[in-house]
Amino acid sequence: MRGFILSLQSEFYKTRKTLAFLSAILLPLALCLMVSAGFYINAQKMVGYSAQIQWMRFSGAFIGVMGSLLLPLLIIFQSFSINNIEHRAEMWKSLFSLAIPKWSIYSAKFVYALLLNALCLTLFATFILASGTILDLLKPELKFNEFNFAGILFKLHLKLFLASIGILSIQFLFSLLWADFIKPMGIGLLLTVFGIITANLGWKYAFTIPYTHPMLAINSIMKQVLSNKNQQMTFDIMSKEIWFSLEVASLTYIIGYFVIRNRSVK
Amino acid sequence: MPLLIIETKDLSYSFGVNHVLDKVCLQVKAGSIYGFLGPNGAGKTTTIKILLNLLHSDKEKVFLFGEEFSNNRIEILSKIGSLIEQPAIYHHLTGRENLINRAKLLQIPISRVDDMLKLVDLTESADKKTGKYSLGMKQRLGIGLALLPDPQLLILDEPTNGLDPNGIIEVRNLLRKLVFEMGKTVFISSHMLSEVEKMVTHLGIINRGKLVFQGSLEELHKISKKQLLIQVSDPEKAKRLLSEIGYNSELIAETLYTPYLSKEHTSEINSLLVKNQHKVYSLSQSQENLENLFLSITQ
Repeated sequence: MRGFILSLQSEFYKTRKTLAFLSAILLPLALCLMVSAGFYINAQKMVGYSAQIQWMRFSGAFIGVMGSLLLPLLIIFQSFSINNIEHRAEMWKSLFSLAIPKWSIYSAKFVYALLLNALCLTLFATFILASGTILDLLKPELKFNEFNFAGILFKLHLKLFLASIGILSIQFLFSLLWADFIKPMGIGLLLTVFGIITANLGWKYAFTIPYTHPMLAINSIMKQVLSNKNQQMTFDIMSKEIWFSLEVASLTYIIGYFVIRNRSVK
Repeated sequence: MPLLIIETKDLSYSFGVNHVLDKVCLQVKAGSIYGFLGPNGAGKTTTIKILLNLLHSDKEKVFLFGEEFSNNRIEILSKIGSLIEQPAIYHHLTGRENLINRAKLLQIPISRVDDMLKLVDLTESADKKTGKYSLGMKQRLGIGLALLPDPQLLILDEPTNGLDPNGIIEVRNLLRKLVFEMGKTVFISSHMLSEVEKMVTHLGIINRGKLVFQGSLEELHKISKKQLLIQVSDPEKAKRLLSEIGYNSELIAETLYTPYLSKEHTSEINSLLVKNQHKVYSLSQSQENLENLFLSITQ
């Protein structure tokens, strides 16, 4: 366990100045600034809605694009970057000749990729809330302060995080196996597009494609919220696609471990 | 400490149908500098990767510190520092950050980082990104990383690659200091005998996956053949004369080289040359050049 914690600390130390880490902070920040600017300019169009709807429209601008495209792409990039550091420095031979168990090195990398994704989504939720609050101050006619959206927003991002674990585990395995960017990126992109198409078509078995899970998660939230007679924004976290995402992640993690354990460094 | 730090027993290894190692029996004694020599593609790096468990061999074939490797991987690796092929360095980090990262990972006091930078003469460039380092500086940092955990055994794969003559001398002195003053054992591979000849105590020569020589430097000298060096007024004509009576000779830089057999034989050649009106300037013995011997063994 000590080896795992040390490896995890090392992951942060060596990636802290790279785009792998910085993208988790900069992407939510940049997106929030852009969307907030748009809402600031077009604030008059929102004035007529209730506070709840204003929050939904504001956060929907992020979440819609996140679920379908941005989140899978970010995961593809981050998981590639975390493993590419070792490929580029030809570091695998050096890492595996240290007195640290292989499972520690592998698991620390996997968990670090999860943490980066969690950090990114947490920052998204935080920045959305902060942006809403600031918009409310700048444009008093908006009603963001009349409804506490924090709980729903963080719950929604937790669901998105769980839905994205399946994609992350697959992309992590790809970038572990291949040193180049083209293969994991190409396959990831292809499966993401395939996922969008199948999810939009409402294919019965779309949930079996991990790349559809963030989108299906958002669809399931919308379905539950819209069908709620009391107009309460309640939804389940553990829906079918979330369970499937966790199962895929567990299976892929185990496969990845055996690949690492038995792989010779040539 | 066991007498043999590294021992392989009939170690064989293949990449698919390509047999890379064939029953290699290495024996590296504690407190030695073992030079592992062989031409490119002879199996040196493959052997080193097996010694570090990066390539997996059959059980009961590789023993380090007297223990079977696959059953004691972590314990054995904790006593080894290594540099394999090109040094593995994070190019976006500085030299110091690379060492700090490794120190943290291995729970080594950070204070040792400065000692290592000083030891490999990188103190001044410590805060420069390693992507901007020269090959020699990267190599020195690689050696620093290998030495950071203060290992009992240092395994270095062609560590003098990219170093200038001064750098090679520094590495040589450093390794000798580690062994003779600090009691470490060093296993170093190279494809050039001249590069390691001045630092090693023992040698193993590998060719096409087979260990063709193993022993001390003195033992290698013993098997090198003595030669008779002849300087005469007309070496071309003298060469033809020696050839006519069945002596093979080689003409290099106005000097004839022929195998030394005995004093009587030397006297016979001298008489023959004089009788045939050659002016004999000198007759002397010499040991075969070790580099030539190495080449003849590995060809």
